[in-house]
Amino acid sequence: MRLLSRTDRVVLTLMVLVPLLLVVGLVWLPALATVLLSGTDWDGIGPLGEIDWVGWKNYDDVLNIYPPFVPAIQHNLLWLAALFVVATPFGMLLAVLLDKELRGGRFYQTALYLPVVLSLALIGFIWQLIYSRDQGLLNAVLGSNVDWYGDSNVNIWAVLVAAGWRHVGYIMLLYLAGLKGVDPSLREAAAVDGSSETSTFFRVVFPVMRPINIIVLVVTVIESLRAFDLVWVINKGRNGLELLSALVTSNVVGEASRIGFGSALATIMLVVSLVFITVYLATVMREGQR
Amino acid sequence: MSRPRSQAEYLARLVPPSVAGLHRRALLAGAAGAGALLGTGLLAGCGTDSGADAKTVSLGSNQSDPKPKDVIAKVMDGFKTSSGVEVAINTVDHNTFQENINNYLQGKPDDVFMWFAGYRMRFFAAKGLTGDVSDVWGKLSGYSDAFKKASTGDDGKQYFVPSSYYPWAVFYRKSVWQQHGYQVPQTLDELTTLAGQMKKDGLVPIAFADKDGWPAMGTFDILNLRINGYQFHVDLMAGKEAWTSDKVKTVFDTWAGLLPIHQPDALGRTWQEAAQSVQQKKSGMYLLGLFVAQQFGDDEQDDLDFFTFPEIDSTVGAKALDAPIDGYMMARKPKSPANARKLLEWVGSKDAADITVKNDPSTLVANTGADTSGYTALQRKAAELVGSATEIAQFLDRDTRPDFASTVIIPAFQQFIKDPKDIGGLLTSIENQKKSIFTS
Repeated sequence: MRLLSRTDRVVLTLMVLVPLLLVVGLVWLPALATVLLSGTDWDGIGPLGEIDWVGWKNYDDVLNIYPPFVPAIQHNLLWLAALFVVATPFGMLLAVLLDKELRGGRFYQTALYLPVVLSLALIGFIWQLIYSRDQGLLNAVLGSNVDWYGDSNVNIWAVLVAAGWRHVGYIMLLYLAGLKGVDPSLREAAAVDGSSETSTFFRVVFPVMRPINIIVLVVTVIESLRAFDLVWVINKGRNGLELLSALVTSNVVGEASRIGFGSALATIMLVVSLVFITVYLATVMREGQR
Repeated sequence: MSRPRSQAEYLARLVPPSVAGLHRRALLAGAAGAGALLGTGLLAGCGTDSGADAKTVSLGSNQSDPKPKDVIAKVMDGFKTSSGVEVAINTVDHNTFQENINNYLQGKPDDVFMWFAGYRMRFFAAKGLTGDVSDVWGKLSGYSDAFKKASTGDDGKQYFVPSSYYPWAVFYRKSVWQQHGYQVPQTLDELTTLAGQMKKDGLVPIAFADKDGWPAMGTFDILNLRINGYQFHVDLMAGKEAWTSDKVKTVFDTWAGLLPIHQPDALGRTWQEAAQSVQQKKSGMYLLGLFVAQQFGDDEQDDLDFFTFPEIDSTVGAKALDAPIDGYMMARKPKSPANARKLLEWVGSKDAADITVKNDPSTLVANTGADTSGYTALQRKAAELVGSATEIAQFLDRDTRPDFASTVIIPAFQQFIKDPKDIGGLLTSIENQKKSIFTS
């Protein structure tokens, strides 16, 4: 049976091998190395042979004597909830509105998408101008004296607004692209059958958009798990803005070089991510089998 | 942790190297640890490979701002004129340089590189990552014993050549103080009395900011130095003393007593904003490094004055202070050892210091032999203050392990500022983490 020519087989082998090597080399090996390093007290200095094995000590330290850990978990979950309940639905709503071909729709689209395009440094600066306690826009307009970034009861919400600001634009564009792809005859048919705008959306358009909905859901989960940049530019993820990713970074990257300890945090984060990834993959595979 | 010298640098450092350089998702994938493995030697690629030539020497510079960069270039030009050896300057962004120092030193570092005195310097020396420069010190002159002590490693040899420094003190505007008739306080009681008067006059007594985490270290340092003295500071920073001891508790109790005269809501404020509140005559004084002057206009520089933090315990006195020292170190295996030593001798010389004084009004030079007639009044006074100091500390994050300073102390101090009541619980938490870090 020679369905495939020699060239075909070479090409096929390459097409499998190259991505496989990339995935193994850039994802699986580093992940494995992180898990292994989490059992050591390596400080990034000296040859690998000198690394001491400390067993579960790093995990013990994370759970028992590292004050930022518990707030970090809570904030990550809060982040997920806020994006899922507020930002994502709002982004979808905006997409639906923009899909109506409003006058100046392009303008709104650009304005809403702009935050996603802006560079990190600029975003940090923009929000600093708004939230600064003494010189900020918000306190000047409201005449208030709220310490938006410094008060640990307030700052997570202030940052969630900023995060939502970016997330809404992202979801809006994704969803808008999906809406443009919906066959107009479906809506016409629904209209002919006397369906209202709302029920057309929820009963016809929304189910048809299922693939996009799943993408939006996954993007939301990923965005909240990897949330990092905003809190990092604000105060490096301290004082009320602890997030797992920021804790990993402040321990591993930079001068601190608590690589063992930071790897333990990263491993915990990996496990949390795996839970979501497993749920997602299970859902998708069940779909595929059907 | 260095202080941003300008708005541009402050903004630039808002972007962490991990974001600027690596892909964010790499972190999620758990690549962080391995990234550090692969990253070894990342910076080393920047080094020059022309070291075989006897007429060149390479310098790793962290002075990435235009002004200091220009000064370094002028100092190196002077070296070329005096020795005929060309210096290949390899400038790396200040923050990036510091963040990558581990990889840099283990890769192929430049023959000579810039660093600062303190625990970290001694740590690298003890690990054998930097070269012994005791023989260079034999040829240097114009350095006080305090500077030599600050350049010495744990084994008694010198590993560092100081070039510049700046003191931490309490800064104020002369015009404001004259207007209200304030006097410089000599004791803690006088300071609190003065603060009470300032409150009556509608001023915030002491400007305060700790959004970035490090400025509060200055407050802790000076209180600890005034209450427990220099040696305790050194031992505490080296992990030899317990944070749960009564001595440390006294420092925090004193600090808690002073918090009401500090600017409230410090955790959301940057040091620039706090400094501007002094500049705008809303705050009476501010404990910070000499770099606070950057927030004042050229015409306001003469209006800026300072005093050293007042005495708390008369048996301890008020002669010790934080004055971080910047300078140069040598790689463990420089490509041209002779030229590297020659360069170190030059940067430690009076002539090099003279070039710096002439071109940079924002620092103090370490060599006392330098011609300081070009100093501003503020610079001259600062130099006198440090000259009269009995002991010079390097600042908390330079005097202890960087992992302890950044991952334990910063969150702990911010917690204290937020809620100064539970000092006992906070100190127990610090001590537990300290034990875990210092024994690893």
